[in-house]
Amino acid sequence: MDRDTLISLYRQMLLIRVFEDRAAEMYAKAKIAGFLHLYNGQEAIAVGAVSALAPDDEIVVNYRDHGWALARGCTARAVMAELFGRATGTTGGRGGSMHLVDVKRHFWGGYAIVGGHLPLAVGLAVAAQYLKTGRVTLCSMGDGSTNIGTFHAALNWAKLWNVPIIFLVENNQYAMGTAYEVHSAVPMLTKAAGYDMYAEEVDGMDVLVVHEAVCRAAERARRGDGPVFLNAVTYRYRGHSMADPDVQRSKEEIAEWRRRDPITRFADEVLLKRELATPEELAAIRKSVEAEVEDAIEFADNSPEPPLESLYDYIYMQPVSHMQISGSLIRPPKLGGRVSPNGKHH
Amino acid sequence: MATNITMPQMGFDMTEGTIAAWLKKEGDPVTRGEAIAEIETDKTTIQIEAFSDGILRKIVAQPGQKVPVGEVIAIIADPNEVVEAASPSPVEQPTQTPALVTPPAPTPVTASGVVTESDRVIATPVARRIAQERGVDLRLVKGTGPEGRITKADVEAFILSATPAPTKVEPPAPVVVPPPPPVPVPTPVAAPPPPVSVSGEKQPLTRMRQTIATRMVASKQQVPHFYITVSVEMDAALALREQINAALQAEGVKVSVNDMVIRAAALALRRFPNLNASFAGDGIQRHDQVNVGVAVSVPDGLVTVTVRDADKKSLRQISLEMAGLAARAREGKMQPADYGGQTFTISNLGMYRVDNFIAIVNQPDAAILAVATAQPAPVVREGQIVIRTMMNMTLSGDHRVTDGAEAAQFLNEIKRLLENPWGLVL
Amino acid sequence: MPEITYREALKRALREEMQRDPTVVIWGEDVVAYAGGGAYGVTAGLAKEFPGRVRDTPIAEEAIIGIGIGAAMGGLRTVCEIMTVNFTLVAWDQIVNHAAKQSHMFNGQIKVPMVIRTPNGHGRTAATHSQNFDAWFASIPSLKVVAPATPYDAKGLLKTAIRDDDPVVFLEHLQLYSTRGEVPDEEYLIPIGEADYKRRGKDVTIVTWGRMTVESLKAARILAEEGIEVEIVDLRTLRPLDLSLALESVRKTNRMIVVEEGWRTGGLGAEIAASVQEVAFNYLDAPIARVAGLEVPMPYAKNLERATLPFAEDVVAAVRAMMQNQY
Repeated sequence: MDRDTLISLYRQMLLIRVFEDRAAEMYAKAKIAGFLHLYNGQEAIAVGAVSALAPDDEIVVNYRDHGWALARGCTARAVMAELFGRATGTTGGRGGSMHLVDVKRHFWGGYAIVGGHLPLAVGLAVAAQYLKTGRVTLCSMGDGSTNIGTFHAALNWAKLWNVPIIFLVENNQYAMGTAYEVHSAVPMLTKAAGYDMYAEEVDGMDVLVVHEAVCRAAERARRGDGPVFLNAVTYRYRGHSMADPDVQRSKEEIAEWRRRDPITRFADEVLLKRELATPEELAAIRKSVEAEVEDAIEFADNSPEPPLESLYDYIYMQPVSHMQISGSLIRPPKLGGRVSPNGKHH
Repeated sequence: MATNITMPQMGFDMTEGTIAAWLKKEGDPVTRGEAIAEIETDKTTIQIEAFSDGILRKIVAQPGQKVPVGEVIAIIADPNEVVEAASPSPVEQPTQTPALVTPPAPTPVTASGVVTESDRVIATPVARRIAQERGVDLRLVKGTGPEGRITKADVEAFILSATPAPTKVEPPAPVVVPPPPPVPVPTPVAAPPPPVSVSGEKQPLTRMRQTIATRMVASKQQVPHFYITVSVEMDAALALREQINAALQAEGVKVSVNDMVIRAAALALRRFPNLNASFAGDGIQRHDQVNVGVAVSVPDGLVTVTVRDADKKSLRQISLEMAGLAARAREGKMQPADYGGQTFTISNLGMYRVDNFIAIVNQPDAAILAVATAQPAPVVREGQIVIRTMMNMTLSGDHRVTDGAEAAQFLNEIKRLLENPWGLVL
Repeated sequence: MPEITYREALKRALREEMQRDPTVVIWGEDVVAYAGGGAYGVTAGLAKEFPGRVRDTPIAEEAIIGIGIGAAMGGLRTVCEIMTVNFTLVAWDQIVNHAAKQSHMFNGQIKVPMVIRTPNGHGRTAATHSQNFDAWFASIPSLKVVAPATPYDAKGLLKTAIRDDDPVVFLEHLQLYSTRGEVPDEEYLIPIGEADYKRRGKDVTIVTWGRMTVESLKAARILAEEGIEVEIVDLRTLRPLDLSLALESVRKTNRMIVVEEGWRTGGLGAEIAASVQEVAFNYLDAPIARVAGLEVPMPYAKNLERATLPFAEDVVAAVRAMMQNQY
């Protein structure tokens, strides 16, 4: 890997980190609403994995998706604008934090029903296999999603039909607040073994380790050797979401994992140690990243809200001729359905 | 630069929080990301972090204090910066989204606008709509549905029974009738005028009053009226009448002026078939019979009785018939054959000393003749002012059926017959 | 015109579309193996005709539909057979949270051209296997839901559904598979979202779909002998709902009965009745009535099952009652 690539990995991870910190701030300031699941601590996985894939390989992830979107090349502006619910966001303010998407970049989206996206990812891989596109599908998920029915149905099917897919568990060791040993009966790799699936455990705090593991996995899948299962052990620094008081994890445990921070470690042990960059250069990168995120916030804040008349757009990709008299579409708003003064929910 | 620390939103459903504890005190240095306070929400206690570096210069919200999201709880600033007394920053309000729903359209006025609470008509929506379109007063319709609900079929049956069959006049289509309910061409009673603030007692509408109201409004709304007045010199007619009555005294026959007018009108109608006709939507319905209706005043209103085939009856016959009809009408003992089916109507207010008046066409007739009092008046005869007994008559015509010229000729034919009264008896 | 079964009509639609478009694939439980093709024989023989394109799957409805969605996102046109509508419950998350969300939530970046074929129905199979969720499906924005009643409609609508770029829930019916009807040999399509008059009449408008269309037609024949002419509007598509014919018809007849197989509370009949009275209130000569399934978990016993479901005689009784002003 050349210097520019390494610097680029560093910059991407730092961009995600700064982006998430500022997103937390914007959430606290009520610029962002709903749920906000931050990626702090897990940056090496998205950055390492995306750098190992071809630009047209398919990526499907869960709701902790800001890092993936940024790593895949979505602009900080588009992502922040989406968090702000603006027309300039990745889905024009439709999906919000948990449902970022950029199909042009083969980023098929964040999915917020735990385990729900695994069958979709297998389906994308089946399509690639059927259409012989040579594309590999990468499906990331949390450790918390490895107990639900769709996980097992998806692994079984993927193995059965030998489809080109990488199941990448971002094992941050907690399903929301529930620790791995409380939610899973067997070690992670045993789950893959149950489907006789090739599996590896990797250090999810090391971007290069993740990168190499995904390279190997993609190669396997691409040459027709079937699905691969990766267990990337990592840690999330913040609570599950902004609403999480994070009382279940000890301060010591968090501090311990922070010492293995993927960004500082990569800077210290790779870039500085190998003299690929000077501290001043890294400081300059940080400055440029901070400016980029500040610009994204400004952009988001100044972006318009989605136009009301777009509300019904894409209800169908193929509209229906009788839509105007449909009970479900145009009619209700015109006909009534008066809002009850008591209807406001508190 | 001083930055306000505001009560953070820590969860999608959080609107306010309580300061549980400050982890820093005023004067402490803080760095970005450092926990500075504990906030209690209704769900949990959560640590909040500083979003900038500096000195915690001022704690605005004290432990235990409840603060809405977005309000200032502390100020971080440089050591030497002047910190102003904090004023709460406004909570960011979500942009007001215009409701996508439009208010429902104003409730359409239902057919029976006259219905009062105590007199609620139960009718299906389509029955109400048809009643409104056709001017049917639903209170007069008998409902055959559950709980007497008026259905579309009930309204249609009502309209059918109330409209005289255009081709044959014989089956009595009731005109203004006290006892039996059916009513001809219906129309809603005009909306009651706004209540006046003068004291007084409200008399309930009698059935007859309702019917009159309905029919008169309908006629005024549907029939384009026009009016022609003539003055008839009645001296010859009155002289003839005296002779006849003297001759027929033994028989108890007493010919009235009105009988003569009936006879004259009937003969004139025979010569002017367009006046013995009805407007029938897509045509003019001429009638074979000449049936002359006569309005009769009764205690609480008026009714119209019918002299059938008046053109074929002698003055004597007409007189006898009218006497019976009027008596039965006043006593409220009319028979079905006594009313309805008229092709022309006469309203005579001669006994009330009126100079002239104008009547409302009695649908479906083409015209009505209003007869005033015969009284002495100066007229010009051969260049001299002389006194004659004059009687004004005003014809109200349905302009859909006939026009002024024709109606004028018709009216002058009646005038001619009355002024040359032997034609009435020969 | 030749008469074929509903089952055969569906198969012909599948065959024609597979011949026409190589990206059309069929997945489902036992669509290949069991009894030569599908629990109800709809796909019989197709696996042989189209090698590799008709595939048996594990019994995992959430995966059948979820993987069907993913493959549709990735460029295939997937036809997923779910053996009975009862089993779609296992995949409800995939249908509601994924199939129905992709296009709108992702702002038009993703389309899901898939068909979920599944039969309603009963047949002494008791509560978990004798249900009707038409109203549930029809209440989900962004889904298309069709429920053909005749072989002709079944073929034309299935072909359209396969070509459609949106997820279509295609509701068949166990009791309809062996019914016969005229289907031309020439190709034709029936648009999604267009209701159809199955009978013209002046007295009462019956709005219905699926099996209840067939029952309503039987009822109409009985009523005609009594001099009552019902007009039958077969909705065919349940979402988006085309009420234009229902409205046109009720303006003429002034009376409407909605006939549905499913439960009355929260049924589609309630939605139809509400919408019709909102738009055509002034044309109603009686309350809009409903004939619906009784609200019990379906019992196994023959007489109880029979009592639970609506049949032609229930429609006849409702129409008579309406004509006699009993509503």
